[in-house]
Amino acid sequence: MILWQMIRFAVGGLVANKVRSALTMLGVLIGVASVILLLAVGNGSSEAVKASITSLGTNALTVSSNAGRGSATAAKALTVADAKALATDADATSIKSVAPVVTTTGTALYGNISYQPGSIVGTYPAYFETSNLRIKDGDYFSNDDVLNSRKVAVIGATTAKQLFDTEEPVGKRITIGGTPFTVVGVLTAKGSTGFNDPDDVVIAPLPTVQNAFTGFGSVNQIMVQAASAEATTEAQSDITRILMGTHAITDATKVDFRISSQTSLLTARESTTKTFTVLLGAVAAISLLVGGIGITNIMLVTVTERTREIGIRKALGAPRGVILGQFLTESTLLSVTGAGLGVAAGLIGSHFTIVGIEPVVIPESVLGAFGIAVAIGLFFGSYPASRAASLRPIEALRHE
Amino acid sequence: MAATKPPVIRISRVTKSYGQGDSAVHALRGPSAPGTGEPLGVSLDIEEGDYVAVMGSSGSGKSTLMNILGCLDVPTSGRYLLDGTDVGHLDEGRLSLVRNRKIGFIFQSFNLVPRTTALAQVELPLAYAGVRAAERRRRALAALELVGLADRAGHKPNELSGGQQQRVAVARALVTAPAMLLADEPTGNLDSRSTAEVLAIIDRLNAAGRTVVVITHEDEVALHAKRVLRLVDGAIVDDVRRAPVDGPPPALAAEVPA
Repeated sequence: MILWQMIRFAVGGLVANKVRSALTMLGVLIGVASVILLLAVGNGSSEAVKASITSLGTNALTVSSNAGRGSATAAKALTVADAKALATDADATSIKSVAPVVTTTGTALYGNISYQPGSIVGTYPAYFETSNLRIKDGDYFSNDDVLNSRKVAVIGATTAKQLFDTEEPVGKRITIGGTPFTVVGVLTAKGSTGFNDPDDVVIAPLPTVQNAFTGFGSVNQIMVQAASAEATTEAQSDITRILMGTHAITDATKVDFRISSQTSLLTARESTTKTFTVLLGAVAAISLLVGGIGITNIMLVTVTERTREIGIRKALGAPRGVILGQFLTESTLLSVTGAGLGVAAGLIGSHFTIVGIEPVVIPESVLGAFGIAVAIGLFFGSYPASRAASLRPIEALRHE
Repeated sequence: MAATKPPVIRISRVTKSYGQGDSAVHALRGPSAPGTGEPLGVSLDIEEGDYVAVMGSSGSGKSTLMNILGCLDVPTSGRYLLDGTDVGHLDEGRLSLVRNRKIGFIFQSFNLVPRTTALAQVELPLAYAGVRAAERRRRALAALELVGLADRAGHKPNELSGGQQQRVAVARALVTAPAMLLADEPTGNLDSRSTAEVLAIIDRLNAAGRTVVVITHEDEVALHAKRVLRLVDGAIVDDVRRAPVDGPPPALAAEVPA
């Protein structure tokens, strides 16, 4: 009953200064909303990175040579023979498909339009599945195209846009480095994950690219698709075993190639976005703190302004605890209402796309921000409240 | 005089001083001890049902006396028994209980809580005493009825005249049925008509047996009291009994001859 009475007094006190109470609540509101929203943005961007990395294919492994890197002069480059060894090894059940890859650059011409795609890739059809590339128009090139070194190409969405704009690319001929290619397919856009655009490519059969640009020497990479995401570790050891055989290496610590998986990329990216989220959260937490200080400030003003009222209440026999409770309730009401509105604002705000990022609300952040705001109300309200409660009635009554 | 019952108020050798050492100001000192000049302190007994006016010019220590009697301040030395309880050494929590249960305050500047209805004002001390809502309401309405403001129960202080505000304050002071009503210049801010109303209410309360202590500098107010004390420089210099403790207050006695 005393509690109910305290809440009534507190509400009365807040209503008496509507503008002031509303502004104080606004401080908490902004704090809570920004905690929820900024963490949601951080989380959203990390989800987006995760999704786009998943779209690259989580069971894809990339084997690349150490040749030409620093001191590894003795390293043997990767060859098509290595890829064949990987593809044909009977024991390696974890390996589903293998695609040797050469990459180069060049300028593509269509009519009088000249454009330099991000990369020109020569590979096998297995590359498409391994890299999780889907055809939008036309078709992939086939193994037959590879065997016959046909001058066909599948182009990425960005390249298609640059070269053909609104024209239909399939069936058209483009010229790259003097060699004419027939476009047989256009890939579905994947969207950029950051620095390089996976849609800015021209993919052609391996022997065709080797013939026209790189020569029939080494390949840049061998893409290996593991049987499943779980089998990637096993596939790594199979690859190591087979390539140690073809490269005649006996010491596992002296291998001349590297195997990287999308999982390792994923981990690296995740830690980046985590840092990003933490930074955003810290900024938001500071604004929540500022909101809390706002509560202290306004409660101190309130206590000073109502010193006489406190004196009257004390003269009427209000115990210290009740006065303390009344002002604590006031500050807590400010923070609870502000935090509640802040949660609402944060949740509403998270429905909008912010700087290209779809925010994903972390449920814990809602509870956490609300809880912290309420605790801040109690904590920052306790100093003014205890000042009010410890006023001596006689001095409080004399206060003008 | 049949003083068989213990007095409501007994203060003995109470002093109050502000400051330290040579710069100390003795707001309440009582007579000086012969020879040394040390203050002996004020001693005073007030019996149940009495109506005492404490008079004195400003600076005479009457406000200090009032604060001590009202447990708003603690004496520097001496003992204070209120309704048999030694309140001299109570902590703040117990003092608030004493103020709530035993003392009803009436202030010169009314001291109503702003933005609060008359009914809620009067309920306030009951709320602090932990009285249930229904009972609180009943008693508060009865107290407002007694001061003739039952029809103004829903009005806030800024919607009441000065006299009405002071009557709300009187209702608030008596609603807890305290051992003593303590009024500090209750009519100081009122016009003559409101003064008469408020004094009449206080007279009736005293006639009903309530102990009343009024601090005032107006002779007109003092005329209502059964006993008049005069303070000069922190000491009681004059103590006049104008009517017996167990009779009606002089103003009422004049109207209705006993």
